[in-house]
Amino acid sequence: MRIAVASGKGGTGKTTVAVALAVSSGVPAQYVDCDVEEPNGSIFLKPAAGSTETVSVQVPEINEERCTSCGRCARFCRFNALVSLGTPPLVFPELCHSCGGCEIVCPADAITWKDVPVGEVSIGQDTRTGLRVIQGKLKVGSVLAPPVIKAAKAAASNLPLTILDSPPGTSCPVIEAVSGVDYVLLVTEPTPFGLHDLTLAVDTMEELGLPFSVVINRADEGDDRVENYCRENDIHVILRIPHSRRVAEVYSRGGTLVEALPELSRVFREIPGEIEGRLG
Amino acid sequence: MVYDTETGEYQAVDNGMNLNSAQGAGIQTAQNIAATGAEAVIGANFGPKAVLVLQTASIRMYLCQSGTVAEAVEKFKAGELQELTAANVRSHW
Repeated sequence: MRIAVASGKGGTGKTTVAVALAVSSGVPAQYVDCDVEEPNGSIFLKPAAGSTETVSVQVPEINEERCTSCGRCARFCRFNALVSLGTPPLVFPELCHSCGGCEIVCPADAITWKDVPVGEVSIGQDTRTGLRVIQGKLKVGSVLAPPVIKAAKAAASNLPLTILDSPPGTSCPVIEAVSGVDYVLLVTEPTPFGLHDLTLAVDTMEELGLPFSVVINRADEGDDRVENYCRENDIHVILRIPHSRRVAEVYSRGGTLVEALPELSRVFREIPGEIEGRLG
Repeated sequence: MVYDTETGEYQAVDNGMNLNSAQGAGIQTAQNIAATGAEAVIGANFGPKAVLVLQTASIRMYLCQSGTVAEAVEKFKAGELQELTAANVRSHW
Protein backbone atom coordinates (compact mmCIF):
# COMPACT_ATOMS: atom_id res chain seq x y z
CA MET A 1 0.00 0.00 0.00
CA ARG A 2 1.16 3.50 -0.89
CA ILE A 3 0.14 6.26 1.53
CA ALA A 4 0.97 9.90 0.79
CA VAL A 5 1.25 12.38 3.65
CA ALA A 6 0.27 15.83 2.39
CA SER A 7 -1.09 19.16 3.64
CA GLY A 8 -2.34 22.44 2.30
CA LYS A 9 -0.31 24.46 4.78
CA GLY A 10 3.40 23.98 5.29
CA GLY A 11 4.82 23.26 8.74
CA THR A 12 1.84 21.24 9.98
CA GLY A 13 3.86 18.07 10.63
CA LYS A 14 3.89 16.09 7.37
CA THR A 15 7.41 14.79 7.86
CA THR A 16 6.75 14.10 11.57
CA VAL A 17 3.72 11.95 10.64
CA ALA A 18 5.31 10.32 7.59
CA VAL A 19 8.46 9.32 9.51
CA ALA A 20 6.40 8.03 12.46
CA LEU A 21 4.28 5.92 10.09
CA ALA A 22 7.32 4.51 8.32
CA VAL A 23 9.33 3.61 11.45
CA SER A 24 6.29 2.13 13.25
CA SER A 25 5.41 -0.20 10.40
CA GLY A 26 5.18 -3.88 11.25
CA VAL A 27 5.93 -4.82 7.63
CA PRO A 28 8.90 -4.09 5.31
CA ALA A 29 8.52 -0.42 4.43
CA GLN A 30 10.10 2.46 2.59
CA TYR A 31 9.96 6.20 3.04
CA VAL A 32 10.04 8.41 -0.07
CA ASP A 33 10.85 12.08 0.50
CA CYS A 34 8.93 13.84 -2.30
CA ASP A 35 9.36 17.28 -0.72
CA VAL A 36 12.28 17.78 -3.10
CA GLU A 37 12.62 21.53 -2.55
CA GLU A 38 13.47 20.97 1.09
CA PRO A 39 13.74 17.24 1.84
CA ASN A 40 14.21 16.79 5.57
CA GLY A 41 13.14 13.21 6.33
CA SER A 42 16.76 12.10 6.48
CA ILE A 43 17.34 14.37 9.49
CA PHE A 44 15.16 11.91 11.43
CA LEU A 45 15.83 8.68 9.55
CA LYS A 46 19.62 9.03 9.16
CA PRO A 47 20.02 6.67 6.19
CA ALA A 48 23.48 5.23 5.58
CA ALA A 49 24.98 6.41 2.31
CA GLY A 50 23.69 4.41 -0.62
CA SER A 51 23.42 5.17 -4.31
CA THR A 52 22.69 8.54 -5.91
CA GLU A 53 21.41 9.17 -9.42
CA THR A 54 21.12 12.43 -11.34
CA VAL A 55 17.67 13.41 -12.62
CA SER A 56 17.68 15.23 -15.95
CA VAL A 57 15.06 16.75 -18.20
CA GLN A 58 15.29 17.30 -21.93
CA VAL A 59 15.21 20.81 -23.36
CA PRO A 60 15.27 21.89 -27.01
CA GLU A 61 18.36 22.95 -28.90
CA ILE A 62 17.93 24.89 -32.12
CA ASN A 63 19.90 23.93 -35.20
CA GLU A 64 20.36 27.45 -36.57
CA GLU A 65 21.35 26.23 -40.01
CA ARG A 66 18.06 24.42 -40.45
CA CYS A 67 15.88 26.95 -38.60
CA THR A 68 13.83 29.16 -40.96
CA SER A 69 12.92 31.63 -38.16
CA CYS A 70 9.21 30.96 -38.80
CA GLY A 71 8.41 31.34 -35.09
CA ARG A 72 5.93 28.44 -34.93
CA CYS A 73 7.74 26.81 -32.00
CA ALA A 74 7.67 30.05 -29.98
CA ARG A 75 3.96 30.62 -30.70
CA PHE A 76 3.24 27.04 -29.65
CA CYS A 77 5.17 27.17 -26.36
CA ARG A 78 2.77 28.16 -23.59
CA PHE A 79 5.59 28.32 -21.05
CA ASN A 80 7.46 31.10 -22.90
CA ALA A 81 10.53 28.89 -23.07
CA LEU A 82 11.07 29.81 -26.73
CA VAL A 83 11.09 33.36 -28.09
CA SER A 84 11.31 34.23 -31.75
CA LEU A 85 11.73 37.77 -33.02
CA GLY A 86 12.02 36.89 -36.68
CA THR A 87 15.24 35.18 -35.64
CA PRO A 88 16.08 31.60 -34.68
CA PRO A 89 14.39 31.31 -31.26
CA LEU A 90 16.02 32.11 -27.96
CA VAL A 91 15.69 29.15 -25.56
CA PHE A 92 15.02 29.59 -21.84
CA PRO A 93 15.70 26.05 -20.58
CA GLU A 94 14.51 26.71 -17.01
CA LEU A 95 10.98 27.44 -18.29
CA CYS A 96 10.77 24.35 -20.52
CA HIS A 97 8.39 21.57 -19.42
CA SER A 98 9.83 19.10 -21.96
CA CYS A 99 6.46 18.59 -23.65
CA GLY A 100 8.05 18.11 -27.07
CA GLY A 101 5.46 20.28 -28.86
CA CYS A 102 8.04 22.59 -30.44
CA GLU A 103 9.64 19.65 -32.23
CA ILE A 104 6.26 18.53 -33.57
CA VAL A 105 5.30 21.95 -34.97
CA CYS A 106 8.75 22.72 -36.41
CA PRO A 107 8.50 22.36 -40.21
CA ALA A 108 12.28 22.42 -40.68
CA ASP A 109 13.29 19.59 -38.33
CA ALA A 110 15.55 22.10 -36.57
CA ILE A 111 14.92 21.00 -32.96
CA THR A 112 16.99 18.41 -31.12
CA TRP A 113 17.16 17.69 -27.40
CA LYS A 114 19.79 17.89 -24.72
CA ASP A 115 19.78 16.70 -21.11
CA VAL A 116 19.81 19.28 -18.33
CA PRO A 117 20.27 18.03 -14.74
CA VAL A 118 17.52 19.27 -12.38
CA GLY A 119 18.14 17.23 -9.27
CA GLU A 120 19.10 13.88 -7.78
CA VAL A 121 17.57 10.85 -6.15
CA SER A 122 19.43 9.00 -3.41
CA ILE A 123 18.57 5.60 -1.97
CA GLY A 124 19.82 4.49 1.43
CA GLN A 125 18.82 2.46 4.44
CA ASP A 126 18.04 3.66 7.94
CA THR A 127 20.61 1.91 10.09
CA ARG A 128 18.34 1.45 13.13
CA THR A 129 15.08 0.30 11.55
CA GLY A 130 16.21 -1.17 8.23
CA LEU A 131 13.75 1.17 6.57
CA ARG A 132 14.49 1.91 2.92
CA VAL A 133 14.87 5.69 2.51
CA ILE A 134 14.55 7.38 -0.88
CA GLN A 135 15.15 11.09 -1.18
CA GLY A 136 14.51 13.38 -4.12
CA LYS A 137 16.44 16.64 -4.04
CA LEU A 138 15.93 19.53 -6.44
CA LYS A 139 19.09 21.19 -7.70
CA VAL A 140 19.60 24.72 -6.38
CA GLY A 141 18.51 27.14 -9.10
CA SER A 142 16.18 24.66 -10.76
CA VAL A 143 12.42 25.24 -10.51
CA LEU A 144 11.07 21.99 -11.96
CA ALA A 145 10.21 19.84 -8.94
CA PRO A 146 7.83 17.33 -10.64
CA PRO A 147 10.48 15.43 -12.67
CA VAL A 148 12.55 14.91 -9.49
CA ILE A 149 9.46 13.73 -7.57
CA LYS A 150 8.57 11.37 -10.39
CA ALA A 151 12.11 9.91 -10.34
CA ALA A 152 12.00 9.48 -6.54
CA LYS A 153 8.70 7.61 -6.81
CA ALA A 154 10.05 5.46 -9.63
CA ALA A 155 13.00 4.46 -7.40
CA ALA A 156 10.59 2.93 -4.86
CA SER A 157 10.57 -0.84 -4.87
CA ASN A 158 7.57 -3.06 -4.42
CA LEU A 159 7.46 -3.27 -0.62
CA PRO A 160 4.26 -3.90 1.39
CA LEU A 161 4.21 -0.31 2.69
CA THR A 162 5.40 2.89 0.98
CA ILE A 163 5.07 6.23 2.76
CA LEU A 164 5.40 9.28 0.50
CA ASP A 165 6.23 12.58 2.21
CA SER A 166 4.59 15.16 -0.08
CA PRO A 167 5.45 18.84 -0.53
CA PRO A 168 2.88 21.28 0.95
CA GLY A 169 0.30 23.20 -1.06
CA THR A 170 -1.92 22.21 -3.98
CA SER A 171 0.27 22.89 -7.03
CA CYS A 172 2.05 20.65 -9.56
CA PRO A 173 4.61 19.13 -7.13
CA VAL A 174 1.79 17.96 -4.84
CA ILE A 175 -0.21 16.52 -7.74
CA GLU A 176 2.88 14.62 -8.87
CA ALA A 177 3.57 13.33 -5.34
CA VAL A 178 0.04 12.05 -4.65
CA SER A 179 -0.92 10.76 -8.08
CA GLY A 180 -1.27 6.99 -8.17
CA VAL A 181 -1.17 6.48 -4.40
CA ASP A 182 -3.79 4.37 -2.60
CA TYR A 183 -4.57 6.83 0.18
CA VAL A 184 -3.70 10.34 1.35
CA LEU A 185 -3.34 11.64 4.90
CA LEU A 186 -3.85 15.42 5.12
CA VAL A 187 -2.03 16.84 8.12
CA THR A 188 -3.40 20.05 9.56
CA GLU A 189 -3.48 22.08 12.75
CA PRO A 190 -6.44 23.64 14.57
CA THR A 191 -5.77 27.24 13.50
CA PRO A 192 -7.49 29.53 10.98
CA PHE A 193 -4.55 29.06 8.56
CA GLY A 194 -4.62 25.31 9.11
CA LEU A 195 -8.34 25.19 8.31
CA HIS A 196 -8.08 27.45 5.27
CA ASP A 197 -5.32 25.45 3.66
CA LEU A 198 -6.95 22.14 4.65
CA THR A 199 -10.04 23.11 2.65
CA LEU A 200 -7.82 23.72 -0.41
CA ALA A 201 -6.13 20.34 0.06
CA VAL A 202 -9.51 18.60 0.48
CA ASP A 203 -10.79 20.21 -2.75
CA THR A 204 -7.64 19.01 -4.53
CA MET A 205 -8.01 15.40 -3.32
CA GLU A 206 -11.70 15.38 -4.29
CA GLU A 207 -10.82 16.71 -7.74
CA LEU A 208 -8.22 13.95 -8.09
CA GLY A 209 -10.66 11.33 -6.78
CA LEU A 210 -8.22 10.22 -4.06
CA PRO A 211 -9.50 8.80 -0.75
CA PHE A 212 -8.14 10.63 2.28
CA SER A 213 -8.33 11.14 6.03
CA VAL A 214 -7.22 14.05 8.17
CA VAL A 215 -4.55 14.10 10.88
CA ILE A 216 -4.90 16.97 13.35
CA ASN A 217 -1.54 17.89 14.85
CA ARG A 218 -1.28 19.88 18.11
CA ALA A 219 -4.94 18.90 18.43
CA ASP A 220 -5.42 20.32 21.92
CA GLU A 221 -4.35 23.82 20.87
CA GLY A 222 -6.17 26.45 18.81
CA ASP A 223 -9.90 26.33 18.14
CA ASP A 224 -12.66 23.89 17.08
CA ARG A 225 -13.05 25.03 13.49
CA VAL A 226 -11.06 22.18 11.91
CA GLU A 227 -13.03 19.61 13.93
CA ASN A 228 -16.32 21.28 12.99
CA TYR A 229 -15.37 21.48 9.32
CA CYS A 230 -14.47 17.78 9.23
CA ARG A 231 -17.67 16.79 11.00
CA GLU A 232 -19.91 18.97 8.81
CA ASN A 233 -18.30 17.66 5.64
CA ASP A 234 -18.19 14.03 6.74
CA ILE A 235 -14.38 13.94 6.60
CA HIS A 236 -12.72 11.19 8.57
CA VAL A 237 -10.18 12.27 11.23
CA ILE A 238 -7.83 9.32 11.62
CA LEU A 239 -5.52 10.72 14.29
CA ARG A 240 -5.18 13.58 16.75
CA ILE A 241 -1.64 14.28 17.97
CA PRO A 242 -1.40 16.22 21.23
CA HIS A 243 0.70 19.34 21.58
CA SER A 244 3.65 18.41 23.76
CA ARG A 245 6.86 20.04 24.88
CA ARG A 246 8.44 16.58 24.90
CA VAL A 247 7.77 16.20 21.13
CA ALA A 248 9.44 19.55 20.45
CA GLU A 249 12.48 18.63 22.55
CA VAL A 250 13.01 15.26 20.87
CA TYR A 251 12.32 16.79 17.42
CA SER A 252 14.95 19.47 17.99
CA ARG A 253 17.51 16.71 18.53
CA GLY A 254 16.46 14.89 15.34
CA GLY A 255 14.30 12.30 17.11
CA THR A 256 11.00 10.96 15.83
CA LEU A 257 7.50 11.50 17.18
CA VAL A 258 7.26 7.89 18.39
CA GLU A 259 10.54 8.27 20.29
CA ALA A 260 8.99 11.26 22.07
CA LEU A 261 5.63 9.60 22.66
CA PRO A 262 6.23 5.81 22.55
CA GLU A 263 2.54 5.21 23.28
CA LEU A 264 1.80 6.46 19.73
CA SER A 265 3.90 3.70 18.17
CA ARG A 266 1.07 1.17 18.26
CA VAL A 267 -1.39 3.78 16.93
CA PHE A 268 0.84 4.48 13.92
CA ARG A 269 1.45 0.77 13.30
CA GLU A 270 -2.30 0.20 13.06
CA ILE A 271 -3.01 3.08 10.66
CA PRO A 272 -2.19 1.17 7.41
CA GLY A 273 -4.54 -1.61 8.50
CA GLU A 274 -7.26 0.89 9.36
CA ILE A 275 -6.85 2.51 5.94
CA GLU A 276 -7.08 -0.89 4.29
CA GLY A 277 -10.34 -1.43 6.14
CA ARG A 278 -11.70 1.94 4.96
CA LEU A 279 -10.77 1.10 1.37
CA GLY A 280 -12.77 -2.11 1.74
CA MET B 1 1.72 52.42 -23.48
CA VAL B 2 3.41 53.02 -26.82
CA TYR B 3 4.40 56.62 -27.57
CA ASP B 4 5.73 57.99 -30.85
CA THR B 5 8.31 60.68 -30.05
CA GLU B 6 8.08 62.10 -33.57
CA THR B 7 4.31 62.50 -33.92
CA GLY B 8 3.33 62.57 -30.22
CA GLU B 9 0.75 59.86 -30.88
CA TYR B 10 0.24 57.18 -28.28
CA GLN B 11 -1.62 53.92 -27.93
CA ALA B 12 -2.30 51.48 -25.10
CA VAL B 13 -1.38 47.83 -25.69
CA ASP B 14 -2.96 45.13 -23.54
CA ASN B 15 -0.35 43.15 -21.64
CA GLY B 16 -2.82 41.80 -19.08
CA MET B 17 -2.38 38.12 -19.85
CA ASN B 18 1.10 38.24 -18.31
CA LEU B 19 -0.20 39.30 -14.91
CA ASN B 20 -1.33 35.71 -14.41
CA SER B 21 1.80 34.14 -15.81
CA ALA B 22 3.63 32.03 -13.23
CA GLN B 23 6.85 32.32 -15.14
CA GLY B 24 8.11 33.99 -18.28
CA ALA B 25 6.01 37.16 -17.87
CA GLY B 26 9.00 39.37 -18.71
CA ILE B 27 9.80 37.27 -21.76
CA GLN B 28 6.25 37.54 -23.11
CA THR B 29 6.08 41.24 -22.29
CA ALA B 30 9.36 41.82 -24.14
CA GLN B 31 7.95 39.95 -27.14
CA ASN B 32 4.82 42.10 -27.03
CA ILE B 33 6.98 45.22 -26.94
CA ALA B 34 9.00 43.98 -29.91
CA ALA B 35 5.74 43.35 -31.80
CA THR B 36 4.75 47.02 -31.43
CA GLY B 37 7.87 48.07 -33.31
CA ALA B 38 9.11 50.15 -30.37
CA GLU B 39 12.80 51.10 -30.47
CA ALA B 40 13.15 51.91 -26.78
CA VAL B 41 11.34 50.89 -23.62
CA ILE B 42 11.04 52.72 -20.30
CA GLY B 43 10.50 50.51 -17.26
CA ALA B 44 10.83 50.41 -13.50
CA ASN B 45 12.71 47.11 -13.43
CA PHE B 46 14.14 44.76 -16.02
CA GLY B 47 14.81 41.07 -15.29
CA PRO B 48 17.53 39.03 -16.98
CA LYS B 49 15.26 37.10 -19.37
CA ALA B 50 13.40 40.19 -20.57
CA VAL B 51 16.76 41.94 -21.10
CA LEU B 52 17.97 39.07 -23.28
CA VAL B 53 14.85 39.25 -25.45
CA LEU B 54 14.94 43.06 -25.70
CA GLN B 55 18.63 43.06 -26.61
CA THR B 56 18.01 40.42 -29.28
CA ALA B 57 15.31 42.69 -30.69
CA SER B 58 17.73 45.69 -30.50
CA ILE B 59 15.37 47.60 -28.21
CA ARG B 60 17.04 50.06 -25.83
CA MET B 61 16.09 50.03 -22.16
CA TYR B 62 15.70 53.04 -19.87
CA LEU B 63 15.07 53.05 -16.15
CA CYS B 64 12.35 55.21 -14.60
CA GLN B 65 10.97 54.08 -11.26
CA SER B 66 8.40 56.76 -10.42
CA GLY B 67 6.03 59.29 -11.97
CA THR B 68 3.46 59.19 -14.73
CA VAL B 69 3.94 57.94 -18.29
CA ALA B 70 3.91 61.58 -19.51
CA GLU B 71 6.65 62.52 -17.04
CA ALA B 72 8.72 59.49 -18.04
CA VAL B 73 8.44 60.40 -21.74
CA GLU B 74 9.48 64.00 -21.00
CA LYS B 75 12.50 62.81 -19.01
CA PHE B 76 13.41 60.44 -21.83
CA LYS B 77 13.22 63.23 -24.41
CA ALA B 78 15.37 65.43 -22.18
CA GLY B 79 17.96 62.64 -21.95
CA GLU B 80 17.51 62.36 -18.20
CA LEU B 81 16.86 58.61 -18.00
CA GLN B 82 19.60 56.10 -17.31
CA GLU B 83 20.08 53.56 -20.09
CA LEU B 84 20.43 49.94 -18.98
CA THR B 85 22.76 47.46 -20.63
CA ALA B 86 22.06 44.63 -18.18
CA ALA B 87 19.26 43.53 -15.86
CA ASN B 88 18.83 45.70 -12.76
CA VAL B 89 16.99 43.01 -10.79
CA ARG B 90 17.38 39.26 -10.45
CA SER B 91 15.20 36.56 -11.90
CA HIS B 92 11.80 36.24 -10.14
CA TRP B 93 12.39 39.53 -8.38
